[in-house]
Amino acid sequence: MSWEVVIGIETHAQLSTASKIFSGASTAFGAPPNTQASAVDIALPGTLPVLNRGAVERAIRFGLAVGATINRRSVFARKNYFYPDLPKGYQISQYETPVVLGGGIDIVSPTRGPIRVRLTRAHLEEDAGKSLHEDFHGMTGIDLNRAGTPLLEIVSEPDLRSADEAVAYAKTLHGLVRWIGICDGNMQEGSFRCDANVSVRRPGEPLGTRCEIKNLNSFRFLERAIAFEVRRQIDLIEDGGRVVQQTRLYDPDRDETRAMRSKEDAHDYRYFPDPDLPPLAIDDAWIERVEASMPELPEAMKARFVTEYAIPAHDALMLTQSRDMAAYFEEAVRAFGGEAKLVANWMLGELAAWLNREDVHIGEAAVGPRQLGALLTRIADGTISSKAAKQVFDELWREHPRGHPVLRAEGAQFSVAGEDATPSVDRIIERHGLRQVSDEAAIGKLVDDAIAANAAIVAEVRAGKEKAFNALVGKVMAASRGKANPAQVNALLRAKLGAPS
Amino acid sequence: MTAPDTVTAQAAALARGDCSSVELTQRALDRIASMQSLNAFITVDTEGALAQAREADAARVRGTAGPLAGIPIAHKDVLMTAGLRTTCGSRMLADFVSPYDAHVVGLLKRAGTVLVGKTNMDEFAMGSSNENSHFGPVRNPWNRSLVPGGSSGGSAAAVAAGIVAGATGTDTGGSIRQPASFTGITGLKPTYGLCSRYGLVAFASSLDTPGVFAHSAHDCALLLTAMAGHDERDSTSLSHAQEDYARDIDASPSDAHKPLAGVRIGLPREYFASGVESEVAGVVDQALGTMRSLGATLVEIGLPTVRHSVPAYYVIAPAEASSNLSRFDGVRYGYRARDYRDLDDMYRRTRAEAFGEEVKRRILVGTYVLSHGYYDAYYLKAQQVRRLIADDFRRAFAEVDFIAGPVAPTPAFAIGDRRDDPVQMYLGDIFTIAANLTGIPALSLPAGFTRDGRPVGLQLQASYLRESALLAAAHRFQQATDWHARRPDLARVAGA
Repeated sequence: MSWEVVIGIETHAQLSTASKIFSGASTAFGAPPNTQASAVDIALPGTLPVLNRGAVERAIRFGLAVGATINRRSVFARKNYFYPDLPKGYQISQYETPVVLGGGIDIVSPTRGPIRVRLTRAHLEEDAGKSLHEDFHGMTGIDLNRAGTPLLEIVSEPDLRSADEAVAYAKTLHGLVRWIGICDGNMQEGSFRCDANVSVRRPGEPLGTRCEIKNLNSFRFLERAIAFEVRRQIDLIEDGGRVVQQTRLYDPDRDETRAMRSKEDAHDYRYFPDPDLPPLAIDDAWIERVEASMPELPEAMKARFVTEYAIPAHDALMLTQSRDMAAYFEEAVRAFGGEAKLVANWMLGELAAWLNREDVHIGEAAVGPRQLGALLTRIADGTISSKAAKQVFDELWREHPRGHPVLRAEGAQFSVAGEDATPSVDRIIERHGLRQVSDEAAIGKLVDDAIAANAAIVAEVRAGKEKAFNALVGKVMAASRGKANPAQVNALLRAKLGAPS
Repeated sequence: MTAPDTVTAQAAALARGDCSSVELTQRALDRIASMQSLNAFITVDTEGALAQAREADAARVRGTAGPLAGIPIAHKDVLMTAGLRTTCGSRMLADFVSPYDAHVVGLLKRAGTVLVGKTNMDEFAMGSSNENSHFGPVRNPWNRSLVPGGSSGGSAAAVAAGIVAGATGTDTGGSIRQPASFTGITGLKPTYGLCSRYGLVAFASSLDTPGVFAHSAHDCALLLTAMAGHDERDSTSLSHAQEDYARDIDASPSDAHKPLAGVRIGLPREYFASGVESEVAGVVDQALGTMRSLGATLVEIGLPTVRHSVPAYYVIAPAEASSNLSRFDGVRYGYRARDYRDLDDMYRRTRAEAFGEEVKRRILVGTYVLSHGYYDAYYLKAQQVRRLIADDFRRAFAEVDFIAGPVAPTPAFAIGDRRDDPVQMYLGDIFTIAANLTGIPALSLPAGFTRDGRPVGLQLQASYLRESALLAAAHRFQQATDWHARRPDLARVAGA
């Protein structure tokens, strides 16, 4: 009999505010320990929290993007527990009334196709600091730079049925929070981390006992951890055992999950409304202001790309993976002015290959959208061949030193720093002599020479062998060292040999 | 000429040039020294005070003196003072030097006051007798065998003994009004949110209120004017237009014979029913008679839910305290146990060694009432009761301007009398707690003495942000009486 896997995901998305959720200290990553911890962050006696409205604004953005209810009144609560990197002895979070209620995320399941994953809620809270166990012999260091960093905890319903679906959900959510500009999505720095609640059951039966796997900070770990946990739970039950409700940690080195604590020794967090913070009131005017500033969402943009640019749905899906990607596309189409499908092909071909190879984000691409547009214009106007264009593209990319992006993504707009796009493309075409020969007389002479020098092939062509014709075209192209306009070569050869065109 | 010992008189003397701030400050420092047996101060800042006094005198010469320039004051040791030790009366913070000023401390500094020192208090403001201090009990200037009340006992004693003319306190359940009553001075607990809590070390955040002690309502008005004002660092701070309370008192027109004409004073049946010591009841009755003779109309009112205020308070306050005091964990600042096995042991020993009995009791109670399965029965229920009490008061204030009654059921009791009976101690807060649960302003003003010479105060409560009217009414009473002008026999205090 088969098993059904049931997964719900809790995601902590670090909100992209410049300062912390309850203090004015900076949220920038990587500063020396405790240099970004204010009196409030280290919980000096007498200090009080003041809510950062930028964090609330981002929560509203999220709520609007997922079609959720924005609670007009939500409450901050204290979650009480002792830990050295939790300075106040409690975390300010939201408990009974979160700021965002409901909503959903549309994903494409590898097995079930398009499905909507329902969201339970999303609430605002502060992050804790970090305990550093490695750097101090026999002691633990505390870095409170991260303490008070704003988080949006996004809780899904247990609607996911496989590790692959969980990853699809996490990736879609990851794309969305970046798309709407509320989180930088940097998983290495912990800006986007997932907890997976996993259980298994026989189809049709009530939910099984779940285990929560904490702090998964890559899609691969999410997938591996769930896969291991599912296997562990099934083996356990099939061996006559019982799943015990636990919090578990994934160890990537051993590729396994390990028990951290069980339900019995779970904390009693003694939640109660934080008396230092009045209930968070959000009026319609605030929501309307946020709504007016919302970018076009990926779903809507995808549909628009298909109709407006006449590109296949799959291309549109790929080009709306991020706002930068979509902005690059639209900018390149504008600069090119020709068929958008050609832009899509180049982005999903050459550009994607380079980004992959160099492991950089499209915002750091060494070839900008206007350069791509200029390059495609040179193909369309017959200056260079597609083959030569690939060489130009490679040259353009190599010209720019690594780690020195020439493109800045400003909102949705790219701008080219340094020289203009068209001159940079033309310069490379000239330098490498890639310009096609389109001069009728010059090509005519090459064609005549080839006919004269290859009597045997000419005979075959006259006998109707298409393959031989192509060989002859090759000879002419070779004689021009690849620069002759292949279309012209083709036409002239056919005319001179009387071959059917 | 005797030195002026009220804020109003000192401000006038300084303005006239009759004395300098250095003289007043030196006199305050001398009195601290001669009255050390009161144990009113935890920290004295001799050098700093004299430097501030010199600066105040210089500012006066330059013409840039603030309204309270040069007047020596003291702060309750629960308010953060930059560069100065702030202990909260606890071993936990016995060596803690604050890097910043509390908002109200900063405002009083800006007004030109001279800070002579930090006053003794019940540990973390938990107590009604000032016996719960790591630095020992404070003694009542009227009789050194008596408590001064608490938790702001040191500030009350310092003013009553004439060390300083004004001092700050904090009032979470009566911690300004009860010691004011016990020491024969005027104490004001303003509306919650009128004075910022930033830099006030939290006991119970939804109840903690900074306020003032002085001899008279007029003095309190001067100090409150400097202390009140919105602070964006405190999210519960009110956006209330700045008022000049003393000027309002001076400017308010009044009938010389019937200065309280038209004023309606409500007397809650529940306050006069029983449980009040007869001598206290007698003093209060007499004071109310004075009010009536000044033109006030006395009206009997009902506050039926107010009897639930003590149980509601002793759920809410410990609940908030149990969370607020979690930050004292020995990790970042304050006391840390010397020997411990592991992290949990460090927490346990640190908190066991550095917190006193009353603080531990309240942390335990608070932890219990917030625990899973008990929250609804205790904390939630208490919050519901709190709302009902506020409704009672709202209804009452639709009919009357003020609600009057005793401050506490008894006058000052002997040190040690109630140490072993916390519940008896808690019940002493019966009349003061409701103002904290509702957030309304209330004050205690000297109303008389028991036969054995113990001061007794009268409590006046008003509706939200009615400090101006409240202080004016108290001022009219004080113009017609001299209870606030009585002083303890200081020779007896200094001696022995």
